[in-house]
Amino acid sequence: MTSNGVGRYFRNIKEAVATIFEGMSVTFSHLVRKPYTIQYPDRVPVRVQDTLPFRYRGILEVDLEICTGCLACERACPIDCIVIEAPKDPQTKEMILKRFDIDIAKCMYCGLCSEVCPTGSIHHTREFEGADFSLESMVRRFVKEPVVAYKVKKDGEPDPRIAPILERGLRYIEEFAQPVDMKKVSPAEKTAA
Amino acid sequence: MQAFVDRLITDGWFSGIPVELVYVLVMFLFGAIVVFAFVMPLVPLTVWLERRVWSRIQSRVGPNRVGPQGVLQGIADGIKNLLKEDIIPDAADRPLFAFAPYLVVWGFVATFVVIPFSSALIIADLNVGILYLTAVTALVVVGVLMAGWASNNKWSLIGGIRSAAQIVSYEIPAGLAILPPVLLAGTLSMQGIIHAQGWAPWDWFLFYNPFTFVSAVVFYVAALAEGNRTPFDLPEAESELVAGFATEYSGMRFALFFLAEWGNLYVIGAVVATLFLGGWQVPVWTDNVVLLNLSQFVVFFLKAYFWAFVAMWIRATLPRVRVDQLMSLCWKYLVPIGFTNLIGTAVWMVIWPQGNRVVQFGMCLLALAILVQFFRRVRFHLRRAKPELYYSPAI
Repeated sequence: MTSNGVGRYFRNIKEAVATIFEGMSVTFSHLVRKPYTIQYPDRVPVRVQDTLPFRYRGILEVDLEICTGCLACERACPIDCIVIEAPKDPQTKEMILKRFDIDIAKCMYCGLCSEVCPTGSIHHTREFEGADFSLESMVRRFVKEPVVAYKVKKDGEPDPRIAPILERGLRYIEEFAQPVDMKKVSPAEKTAA
Repeated sequence: MQAFVDRLITDGWFSGIPVELVYVLVMFLFGAIVVFAFVMPLVPLTVWLERRVWSRIQSRVGPNRVGPQGVLQGIADGIKNLLKEDIIPDAADRPLFAFAPYLVVWGFVATFVVIPFSSALIIADLNVGILYLTAVTALVVVGVLMAGWASNNKWSLIGGIRSAAQIVSYEIPAGLAILPPVLLAGTLSMQGIIHAQGWAPWDWFLFYNPFTFVSAVVFYVAALAEGNRTPFDLPEAESELVAGFATEYSGMRFALFFLAEWGNLYVIGAVVATLFLGGWQVPVWTDNVVLLNLSQFVVFFLKAYFWAFVAMWIRATLPRVRVDQLMSLCWKYLVPIGFTNLIGTAVWMVIWPQGNRVVQFGMCLLALAILVQFFRRVRFHLRRAKPELYYSPAI
């Protein structure tokens, strides 16, 4: 190849045509590739919430059926977004849950409340769409009418209605409160954590 | 069109009205029909298509919510722009600032006078058609320069000056590339140039000889530069000049610049189709004049729009060139190549006054070979990357 001006001139033309040709073929091949875009929220094959891990710290939820009224979560909360009223019934000596409010607007999703819960009653869901029109409506009031607090039975749960809820709660604290065993996690997940 | 109106006049449709007045009214009427029935719907659709093509090339989805597959996106954007405040800066030169966008749109809309949509559908088949077209598109530079100067803003001024330098420079290769087909057809009239070609690819000027083939490429590149399209969008260069000459514009005036820019895509395609791709030529398949003209319109539209698609595709492929590269491309490469094409075609006409059929078929085969090689490269890239494929344009 000559390195003089004329040679370079024609080489420039050749290279321009060849490289543009190649570049155009690359971009044309992209026309038939599947887009990566996820069309959240309405055109997704699976709800995004369902693709999240079990330990995801979304909006808090309370299973009143298994809440013992121990107030551990209220005490653990660093910003006092949980308010519980659970007076003792003077006749039956039972805890009556009269109020269980969580202010989602204040909650910072630290997870301390669900760590201390003995039955896994208060737990994070995988729900994250919390937008609302007023601050008042962001307070979740779980007690519709006063209920008797749950008491832990000695030999498992006999009530078939409550048993699956309790089982779920216990599995939740098992998985949520335990630190992840880093030896079992793959290196990719380690860096993500 | 004029023949049509002449016949109406001799048939006594407009008896009692001065003939000049009839002509003026008809001119306004046809101008309005073309602008409102063709140009105005076309531009938003082009913008939408560009955004869709571009986003698919970048593995995105693009606008697909407003109307079926987002085709009404342009209307939504237009309404938004209409409702926005039209800001004119204090330090701006008010009359010039307000007038500049209209001049740009004028330069673009006036080209539709000579665009031959079909054998009968043309507003005025001027005998200097293609010359008129280059002259009118050059008006855009006045508007752009006016906008850049009147904005009283450094970005705008640099954008305007760049645009002036660019358009004035690229007029030359564009003009030189127009000449070979004009030589072959022996006329400047758009219909005349199309009549000199045939419906079959080997009758097109694109494949007439190697010089006209290169000439088509030169013209397309020069036209892209004149239309301020990537990779020659230096006048508005977002990363350097904010929005160039359009920096200070807002609302509808801003939208007008972009109306002209995207409308120009179709004009570029129409001129390439007329000069090199045989325009609206179709084999005579029916005696019905309306049906024949309809098929011609469709063929011409597809030919023209193919080049608009290529412009979108180029925009998604090539980065912006530098100013010195822009100038060296024009003066060192396109202008000498343009002169070579012109002289080559002239010599060719002396040697083979009726054209050389063998070369014409050979050029067609060469183009086919390039196309096949292109799709082989596309297949190669697809096989190497092993992506998830998605052929449907709808998503």
